[in-house]
Amino acid sequence: MRYGLKVALRHLTSNLSQTGLLVFGVAVAVFIFIFMSALIGGLADLMVNRTLGGLAHVTIKVEDKALPLLKTDSEARVLVARQKSTRDTTGIQDAMPLLPVIDQVPGVAVSSAQITGGAVLIRGERVRQVSVTGLAPDRVTAIIPFERYLHTGRLSLEGDGILIGAILANDMNLSVESPVTLRTDQGNTAILRVSGIFSSGVGQLDTASAYLDIRTARNLFDMPNAVSRIELKLTDLYDAETVAARIVATTGLDAEPWTATAQQLYEGLRAQSDTGLILKSFALLTIVIGVASSLMLTTYRRRPEIGIMRAMGASQNFILFVFVSQGAIIGLFGGLIGAGLGVAILTPLTPIGEVRSGQLPIDVAQGSIGLAIALTMIGATLAAILPARAASRIDPVEAIGQ
Amino acid sequence: MMPSDETPLLELQDLTKTFGTGETATQVLKGLNLTLQKGGMIALLGASGSGKSTLLNILGTLLRPTSGGFTMLGQNLFTANDATLTDFRNRHIGFVFQLHNLLPDFTALENVIFPSAVRDGVERPAARRRGAELLDIVGLSDRINFRATKLSGGQKQRVAVARALMNNPDLILADEPTGNLDSKSAQQVMDLITRVNKSENTAFLISTHDEDIAAQCTSRIEIRDGRIS
Ligand SMILES: Nc1ncnc2c1ncn2[C@@H]1O[C@H](COP(=O)(O)OP(=O)(O)OP(=O)(O)O)[C@@H](O)[C@H]1O
Ligand SMILES: [Mg+2]
Repeated sequence: MRYGLKVALRHLTSNLSQTGLLVFGVAVAVFIFIFMSALIGGLADLMVNRTLGGLAHVTIKVEDKALPLLKTDSEARVLVARQKSTRDTTGIQDAMPLLPVIDQVPGVAVSSAQITGGAVLIRGERVRQVSVTGLAPDRVTAIIPFERYLHTGRLSLEGDGILIGAILANDMNLSVESPVTLRTDQGNTAILRVSGIFSSGVGQLDTASAYLDIRTARNLFDMPNAVSRIELKLTDLYDAETVAARIVATTGLDAEPWTATAQQLYEGLRAQSDTGLILKSFALLTIVIGVASSLMLTTYRRRPEIGIMRAMGASQNFILFVFVSQGAIIGLFGGLIGAGLGVAILTPLTPIGEVRSGQLPIDVAQGSIGLAIALTMIGATLAAILPARAASRIDPVEAIGQ
Repeated sequence: MMPSDETPLLELQDLTKTFGTGETATQVLKGLNLTLQKGGMIALLGASGSGKSTLLNILGTLLRPTSGGFTMLGQNLFTANDATLTDFRNRHIGFVFQLHNLLPDFTALENVIFPSAVRDGVERPAARRRGAELLDIVGLSDRINFRATKLSGGQKQRVAVARALMNNPDLILADEPTGNLDSKSAQQVMDLITRVNKSENTAFLISTHDEDIAAQCTSRIEIRDGRIS
């Protein structure tokens, strides 16, 4: 088939302006494909970061268990009125040995065991209700990107350190190194020292949250062995449902993907990615139509030649191969040039770090460049099949037109 | 069956060709009987519309006859499928047409070696050497790398003759090969055909309206009213 390729290339190079225009058209469509992928991917990241910022991708906890009822003998009838307060909220027992196992589950980027509870912060006359989270000191930034939110102070929670939001700090007139008393709902009290103040832009975090060392939290919330929950970040956000299912299977614990908690955001992202998919399909369709119509013209123009080739002993398959490979070659070059354009144009447009207003949140890394090239080659090849088949069935006598 | 030297080049028995069906059906060939031996140089004569091109296309396996017997080199071509015919054509038959002879994007040499390259799937060096020799035989060794579009009409026809010879065919079908040429170029092409017919022992069947050309052939066939007369 090497000779078939030679003939195909000769056809393409003999009319460089037509071939060039076609390849350019394909390249533009490929560029649009890559641009859409990069934009939709970047937009999704932006929305997720803005809205989900500190949300875990998967949260592992245990279902609140109902306490066992008193045993009755089979004859007796018992009327039960069960209240919430009878539920056991002991959390995940013996969680620490589980962590290395969870870290090994495919798709998990980082895990963070947490103890949560309610408490009040007291300083002089001022008292504020806060929700407290105990974090492992080496995983402070695992779920919430505190490194980006930190306003003043440091992120170290070791021992008596406490991390609070800027609005709360302002409200209570606290600054870094200020001492503050914390009393839990259980009635335990500790005097802590503000190690850092952050500003996340999320109301609840900035006004009524406090973070401290998980070991301190153990004592304060009377949880010597258990943790309240384990939060996970994943390598791929959109894998949440599969990874959650894997965790349920390996640990037997309850794992909830973010898609279940942040339903609206999930649906928004879905709609956005569907829109992107439609636009990308149109780009591919343009390629298919462009290549098909151009090859239709080419095969029509070359009818006498096709007749001659058939008379010289070229088989139908040879003719088919010659024109299908023209589609494939156009797809390959159009795909590569379009990908080159994509990288060259979109890389400088990709914002570094925070997206500022007026900037498109393009992420060239999410441009599906390999996919774009592959789909273009496949599309162009398929587009060539119909005209090539017609060409291979041309009646040589008619085509030579004696 | 291996064709031996005694096997005739081709045999036609009661061969007919009808174009169209129903009311518009026209029978062009009405029962041809013909046996040709190898190596001849035959003129095919007949009025315009008598069916010369039709017969040549059938013999070239480009057109299917309607009924009758059609055997070449002992092989029944009436029933053969397209792939068999394509291969047979490639190995045993050469063509020189009146128009549209060469592939315009290819050089003279590339055109000449096409029948060999399309069979082998690659342009072999041996084929290139033979192609160059053939171009030398037809007097175009100085045009080897010219694009087909850069050649004159007479030069194109000579390249076509060289190409027809490429795979050492048994029969070359030439449909008014000089019909588009001035008398000087026409004579050049005929001299060439006469020469290679003798040197290569390749049979030629040449359709023509021209008595001068028919006179240069070793024998003649005439089609009249759909039959050979
Ligand atoms: N595909 C076709 N469909 C219908 N009729 C056809 C077809 N091809 C040829 N014919 C008819 O067959 C007859 C013979 O045509 P052919 O081309 O073989 O004649 P010819 O002897 O080569 O004529 P010329 O000397 O003018 O080239 C003509 O009447 C022509 O109209
Ligand atoms: Mg004719």
